[in-house]
Amino acid sequence: MSALLCAATTVMLVAACGGGSSGGSTGTAGASAGGDVTLEFSQWWEPELPANALRGMMDEFEAANPGIKVKLLSGPYASTKEQSVAGAAAGTMADVVGLDGAWVSDFVKQGAITDLSKLMKDSAYDESQLAAQIKINNAAYMIPVVNFVYPLFTNDDLLKKAGVSAPPTNRTEFLDAAKKVTALGGDTKGWVVPLSLEAPNGIQNDVMAWNWASGGTMLKDGKPDLTNADVKETVEFVKGMWDAKLVAPGALTMKEQDKVEEFTNGRVGMMIDSLAHVTLIRESNPNLKFSISAIPAKDGYSGKRGIPYASWGIGISENSKHKAEAFKLVSFLMNEKNNSKLASVANAFPGNTTAVPDFVQNDDLFKAAFDIYKAGYPANEFTGLPVAEELMRSFDEELQKTLNGDQTVDEMLTNAQAGWTKNF
Amino acid sequence: MSTSVKAGPRQSPRPGPTRPIGTPRKPWRRRVEPYVYVFPTVLLMVVLMLVPIVMVIRYSLYDNVIMKKEPVLAGIANYTEILTDPDFWNAVKNTAFFTGTSVVAHLVLGMAFAMMLNTPLLGNVTKAIFRVLFILPWLFTVAIIAVLWRLLLNPNGVLNYLLQTGGLTDSKVEWLADPNIALYAVTFINIWSGYPFYMMSLLAGLQGIPRDLYEAATVDGASYWQRWWNVTVPQLRPIIVSIAMLDVIFTTQQFALIWMTTGGGPINVTEMLSTFTYKLAFNRYQFSLASASAVIIFVFSMVLAFFYVRYQKARD
Repeated sequence: MSALLCAATTVMLVAACGGGSSGGSTGTAGASAGGDVTLEFSQWWEPELPANALRGMMDEFEAANPGIKVKLLSGPYASTKEQSVAGAAAGTMADVVGLDGAWVSDFVKQGAITDLSKLMKDSAYDESQLAAQIKINNAAYMIPVVNFVYPLFTNDDLLKKAGVSAPPTNRTEFLDAAKKVTALGGDTKGWVVPLSLEAPNGIQNDVMAWNWASGGTMLKDGKPDLTNADVKETVEFVKGMWDAKLVAPGALTMKEQDKVEEFTNGRVGMMIDSLAHVTLIRESNPNLKFSISAIPAKDGYSGKRGIPYASWGIGISENSKHKAEAFKLVSFLMNEKNNSKLASVANAFPGNTTAVPDFVQNDDLFKAAFDIYKAGYPANEFTGLPVAEELMRSFDEELQKTLNGDQTVDEMLTNAQAGWTKNF
Repeated sequence: MSTSVKAGPRQSPRPGPTRPIGTPRKPWRRRVEPYVYVFPTVLLMVVLMLVPIVMVIRYSLYDNVIMKKEPVLAGIANYTEILTDPDFWNAVKNTAFFTGTSVVAHLVLGMAFAMMLNTPLLGNVTKAIFRVLFILPWLFTVAIIAVLWRLLLNPNGVLNYLLQTGGLTDSKVEWLADPNIALYAVTFINIWSGYPFYMMSLLAGLQGIPRDLYEAATVDGASYWQRWWNVTVPQLRPIIVSIAMLDVIFTTQQFALIWMTTGGGPINVTEMLSTFTYKLAFNRYQFSLASASAVIIFVFSMVLAFFYVRYQKARD
């Protein structure tokens, strides 16, 4: 009985340490009897792509590289993260790993992922074709394969009904549009922001996005700088929207999928969201007319706008015995042709600078988004930070207290700064 | 006082625990056989329970394991840090409310529904229908319960629609997102999902109470409530104590429901010991602190388990 209870109590921790004894994936990719190398590739991408899209690409890779086989280890995002953490701890990470920028710093600290700069140099790889590399101490550990940008979505019908003729371009216009949409009454609200603590990426995509869109930053020399004027203005803007009751209800426990649902059902006028959800919104509500535009900047700002993004990144396990073969797979996914193909099926923007996804030519909405992407710059300062998700969560908690009226914006930023600093 | 033993006639030795001289030893196979039978269970218990428990206790004594290549012994530093963390005590407070309220409500509802299903006043068909309806929450997995209640309690959800249509509220209540209501809301969901366990256990107990006890009490002039208090409750006490203790342990460790409905928020009003520990491990990657927190929960569970086992032994 007691043992049973104990097992239940410790089950979460066992998940992390269990890999040490029994192993999940084996970073020691096997060489079969015939001499073939089998690479394990863990990612959350396959379930999010059309059936056989990724497997088909792996088959092409195998055909082009005789002697190398690829075994896909696929699961949902959260499971992939937990398995990667456990694998990193136990030294059993897959050879090639799908990475989120938020995980990189911690995996590097654990010595779990390898220096890609060295592999690129060894194989004389042309780095200039890569749109970005996630570097720590001047060594690249992750390459963003495709990027999902987060522009502003506006419900055309609601805005028109509220007397707003075009998507807002600055904060004043946005506030005005949100007020007019909310004034329509019923269940309608101007803006929606998901602040669930379970998945606190709303801080990155929906809150800090306002800061980056106006050229602001939350860091100084790589360290937290949350008390600067730009962040303060951003938080005050969000709080102003909140106090004016322009935000869809339930925000404090709302998740990203709830946000999309609110927009899809025509209950909110505007949201910042991933381009990856365009197809979902169209399928769920074919009658919804919506547009995509750049996130409004602060009034008078004329510089380049940062546009938040999330990546499907890729890295190689430090424990892999077949790093050269693993890098061949990375190169394969990053070349112009395959990167375009993957970006096309994922409705994402390519990580290769010369690649152009098909949908850009075929779809006006995506073309508009691609233009915004090209006009601005991808901005996500959480990428590469230590315990990035925890930073978002602690900021989220402080923001919730502020929205609830428990503290001022200045107190919030001071507390959040102190909380973040402990992790650097 | 002295005892004298008379020497009796010589008797042939009776079979006993010691092997008489001259008798052959049991074959090796017979002696090993019992151990072979229990070996799979012992192996499973060691691998799945003992090893993880020992590992977690060991982790809790080191400076951040897993994230450090060569962690050093930190003694009780992790325990000190956890026990002096106000967030931990906030989680303890929330867990105590969540668990205490859930267990009491489970018991009251479980008893009420069990008595209703056991009453002779209702026909068998009616009772069968109610039995199916009442047990439904128990058939859903936690994930389904969380999704279901998130939809029902959504500000634009069914419950608010009914309340507004019925004129009971004039604005949308943010059941899971309002810091003043969220803890009550998740506690309610847990009560809803857990009472059938009590109901079925108590119903089985009620059906086993001899009728003559009630008849004797009636002859003695006992009222309905007197019969309930002096016959039903004492007869059900062993079941009540057992399921209440198990419920305390299970509810204290409830993680999935909280995580999938509120994630411990808004702010930290629904933060439980389970979510607090999870966040330490998988968000902050502080595996040693998480281990220390898990060990504290484990010790608490062990105390309850001790009383549970002692109670069971006393009954036997």
